Amino acid sequence: MATSSERSPPPFPDSEDQDALDSEEVRGRESDEDDGEELFLSATNTPMAKEESPSAPAGLLVDLLSDPLIEPLSSSMNKPSSELFEGLTNDTAVTAGKPSVEASDEFVDILGSEAAAQREEVDVTVEAAAGDKGGTSRGATDLLADGETRSAPEQEATSAAPVMDLGGLQQPPASAKVTDPLEDLLSDPPATAASDAHKPGGAVVDLFDDEGSDIFTGAPSSKPAKQPQKSLFGEADEDLFGEPLGAVSKKATSKEQKEKSAPASAGEPAHIFTEEAVGTVPNARPVSSKTNGIPPEEDSDIFAEATVELSLDSPRSERRKEATTKPPASASTSVSAAASLTKPQSAAVEELEEEEEEELEDKFDIYVSVKDPEKIGDGMNAYMAYKVSTQTSLPMFRSKTFTVRRRFSDFLGLYEKLSEKHGPNGLIVPPPPEKNLLGMTKMKVGKEDSSSADFLERRRGALERYLQRVVTHPMLLQDPDVREFLEKEELPRAVSTQALSGAGFLKMLTKATDAVSKMTIKMNESDVWFEEKLQEVESADQQFRKLHALVESLVVHRKELSLNTASFAKSAAMLGSAEDNTALSRALSQLAEVEDKMEQLHQDQAANDTFSFAEMIADFIRLLGAVRGTFDQRMKAWQRWQDAQAMLQKKRELEAKLLWANKPDKLQLAKEEIAEWEAKVTQYERDFERVSATVRKEVVRFEKEKTKNFKRQIIVYLESLLQSQQQLIKYWEAFLPEAKAIA
Amino acid sequence: MMQEEVNEATSVLSVYGHTVKVTEVSQDGDTLTFIIVSQKLSGTGEYHVDRTYDDFEWLQQHLFAQEDVPGIQGVIFPPLPARPQVNASAKAMKQLGFLGLGEWQPYCKALETFLRQVAAHSILSKNKAVEVFLTSTEPPGRQKVRRNIFNRLSQAVEEMRKEGHKDVDEFFQTERDHNLVLTGHTRMAGEKFLDVVLTEQKIAVACGHFAAALHLCIENGEDPEKRAFSRVCVKLSEVFDSIKKNMMSVAVNDMNTLGLGLDLDSRYQEAEKEMLFRRICKLVELENARKNAEKAKPVKKNAMEEVKKAAEGEFEQICKVAKQEIAHLSQDRVGMVQKCLTQWCEQQLQTAKEGADVFNQHLQAFKAMA
Repeated sequence: MATSSERSPPPFPDSEDQDALDSEEVRGRESDEDDGEELFLSATNTPMAKEESPSAPAGLLVDLLSDPLIEPLSSSMNKPSSELFEGLTNDTAVTAGKPSVEASDEFVDILGSEAAAQREEVDVTVEAAAGDKGGTSRGATDLLADGETRSAPEQEATSAAPVMDLGGLQQPPASAKVTDPLEDLLSDPPATAASDAHKPGGAVVDLFDDEGSDIFTGAPSSKPAKQPQKSLFGEADEDLFGEPLGAVSKKATSKEQKEKSAPASAGEPAHIFTEEAVGTVPNARPVSSKTNGIPPEEDSDIFAEATVELSLDSPRSERRKEATTKPPASASTSVSAAASLTKPQSAAVEELEEEEEEELEDKFDIYVSVKDPEKIGDGMNAYMAYKVSTQTSLPMFRSKTFTVRRRFSDFLGLYEKLSEKHGPNGLIVPPPPEKNLLGMTKMKVGKEDSSSADFLERRRGALERYLQRVVTHPMLLQDPDVREFLEKEELPRAVSTQALSGAGFLKMLTKATDAVSKMTIKMNESDVWFEEKLQEVESADQQFRKLHALVESLVVHRKELSLNTASFAKSAAMLGSAEDNTALSRALSQLAEVEDKMEQLHQDQAANDTFSFAEMIADFIRLLGAVRGTFDQRMKAWQRWQDAQAMLQKKRELEAKLLWANKPDKLQLAKEEIAEWEAKVTQYERDFERVSATVRKEVVRFEKEKTKNFKRQIIVYLESLLQSQQQLIKYWEAFLPEAKAIA
Repeated sequence: MMQEEVNEATSVLSVYGHTVKVTEVSQDGDTLTFIIVSQKLSGTGEYHVDRTYDDFEWLQQHLFAQEDVPGIQGVIFPPLPARPQVNASAKAMKQLGFLGLGEWQPYCKALETFLRQVAAHSILSKNKAVEVFLTSTEPPGRQKVRRNIFNRLSQAVEEMRKEGHKDVDEFFQTERDHNLVLTGHTRMAGEKFLDVVLTEQKIAVACGHFAAALHLCIENGEDPEKRAFSRVCVKLSEVFDSIKKNMMSVAVNDMNTLGLGLDLDSRYQEAEKEMLFRRICKLVELENARKNAEKAKPVKKNAMEEVKKAAEGEFEQICKVAKQEIAHLSQDRVGMVQKCLTQWCEQQLQTAKEGADVFNQHLQAFKAMA
């Protein structure tokens, strides 16, 4: 629960920074509607499969259709409606259409007016209607509201950002490769839409652009495994889109009427799909903490989780599998009732969530400990293995406690996988401790002195904190590799961790930093926030390095004090034994004992300094490196966008040249290329904005974590300081009578 | 500290020996000047005199040179601290041990102890030089004094051999053996303890640096997250300032109690060693005189016997005084060590309690923040 409620809101506050426009309600609904969409998309796949054979794959139709459609309505309306419509044809096209007439009227009205206030109003009425009407119609009206809210926010350019956030989040890291083919597929619809939109012009076009593409980039790409189905979906969609809307275009006079019925009726099945998805999710959900497997009585709860769930890239794979294996036909009708109940409640739940968001932050019920470093093997092939124990009540894990053995390179391997997957999206992936050749060589040679024990303990602690940071990161926790790392008995050997060893690792970080600073100059940062943050991060890095050096020297002195105290204790003991005055001799021996105990205290204090401050600061220096890495990733996304823009410019110039030269044969090709690059520019710009938003969010989270971590460590430090001081008092109190008794 | 019971009746001083204080030290170029205050026996007035290390040396030479006092060589002279090195190298400072620490405050304390010991000593306080030193407005020792044999042990090979000379007296033989062991251990303990104090000072300095560096992390701005972090930094800086102060006072306690105690004890062991050595020298002299008297031809026999007798008398005197001094010292020493251990313990206890209080306050403040 904590996981889910915490996750969904962050993207919104961020976008709020930028636009500060969205009201809370709109946001809430937006997320609602977003889930709906995603679910809808996933759900539609199955019915579409049915449709596949009859429907002729007619992607080209879209182009033809869009032209006539531009006039009557904003194309944005066409998009959802066409999708929705597909579902309608499958199921209850006629029944849904009739009861929803009343609602659909309003729906259209609002679409025309584009007023936020009205939107809200309609929502209310629609929801009321939903309460009155029976099963299918309720679903229909609900969906109307959905469709309405969806299009309404679209009309505000600002709301595009949050939506994109979600899109970004939904992008599954694992799909890096898989999405490639998808991207091609996906880029088509928005591209055509964009080019179409050029003609009517106006603000609507932009909005549409964002929204449409979002649907395609965000939601669908989160299901890379379903690639084959995706293509089906694409075909079916366009096909259906073509048919009914083509009819609309013919009947120019009754456009409105048609429109009305189309989205209205479409709404019904679509909603059913939403429901279906929602219904199946709780069962399939691997992450939901408590509600896993609980029947839908706790609808609101489940819904909330599902909502949040879906806004993340969480356990798609599992859910997907189960969702697809479910018999889709039965779901459409049976679940509708339950799910329609969840709808109205969800709003309230989400409000609650937003309130709780702060407190719930990071209250994952998962604790990872790294213990018992053990040397395995001999000589230079020896390595250290650690016991990684996890304690959790999260149902995504098979049991509440489990322990695996991992070697150091496994930790590095995990980092590599995570940073490869999540780094480009702007996530701050917590870095593990560096390889330490000297420390390890000592280990291998079997030289066991105090420094190697210190090294082992430091590394153990660093690994533990690293893992704990990974599992408390809401998105990283969902990564299958993380779970595998924690749970799986045998892990394939990590091979390519060489790059991370010691100096190489540091070099990598500094290189990234250099690249960032160089690029920043070139980039002429338009976003002041990032400009300031980068400077802050850099100065924080320097300050932390200074603090680290100071704490380390403090630790050195503490250790020295411990050693000196020990040798003073020895001297005192010798002096005591040489002393012939018995009382004095006794007191001196006592003194030696006290000093021996103090040596331990000083040693503990050195460890306290080390582990409360030195290591914490070292962690943050590493994390700052990761933060700078995310800036770098953002810069790369920007670079890609800029390059695409330059390319587009070139293509346009080429077109102009061809036009002038009057070469119509080549002109067609040039036009296609322009369209292609326009799509790419749009895509890359969106990518850049998505990465920017994620980086922002991550940096804010990092800073929160930093303060929290500091406070927590300081409290731990002070507690131990106080304890050692109290111990000291005891020692002195015990010794005082001894001293007084001498004479 | 030692031999502090002042025999008022036989005192020739016009001041109370136990009120002698070295209140101030001022530096002029390479010279340190100490202000010495002592209460007059008559009335409530005080003597304020300024003395340099040369004046102290002058006093010590005069004490050493009292050849008319019988058994003077059996006296364990209160040890004068080594000459303070102004702007000296770290190594030279290290040789001063505890006395080189803390802006000469421990050094003043050691001088004060020296003067009190002298003033309280039944034989030494009778010397005119002490009165002059404590009361004369004119600094007495500004002209160079001749070096006395007692000044330093010129440890020539021959002399070293004498140190191992078999004693005729069981008591002295034991005392010499014991002194040898004790001198080594005391010096060692003092050095080790000095290391402890020096490290404590380093820690205090390191804490101060850390506290100062934390202030650099303070960011201005309206961002609540930044302000929260800045607040944490400020508070943490205060914490480390407290740790620094705590460590400083631990170091000062160490220095002023056990540190000075071990230093004084060590120097007294050395002083006793010197006395025992002087006695051994006398013993060797006596034994030579006896041999000479035995071997002497009849013509010289009487003269030799005279020398022998004189040496015997002298040696007896020395032994008599030495026995008293040793008894006195071993008793005073216990008292001194006890006193410094007790003070040390009390002060450290106090510091630890204050530290615990302050740390607890910080802890509560942080808990309230979180």
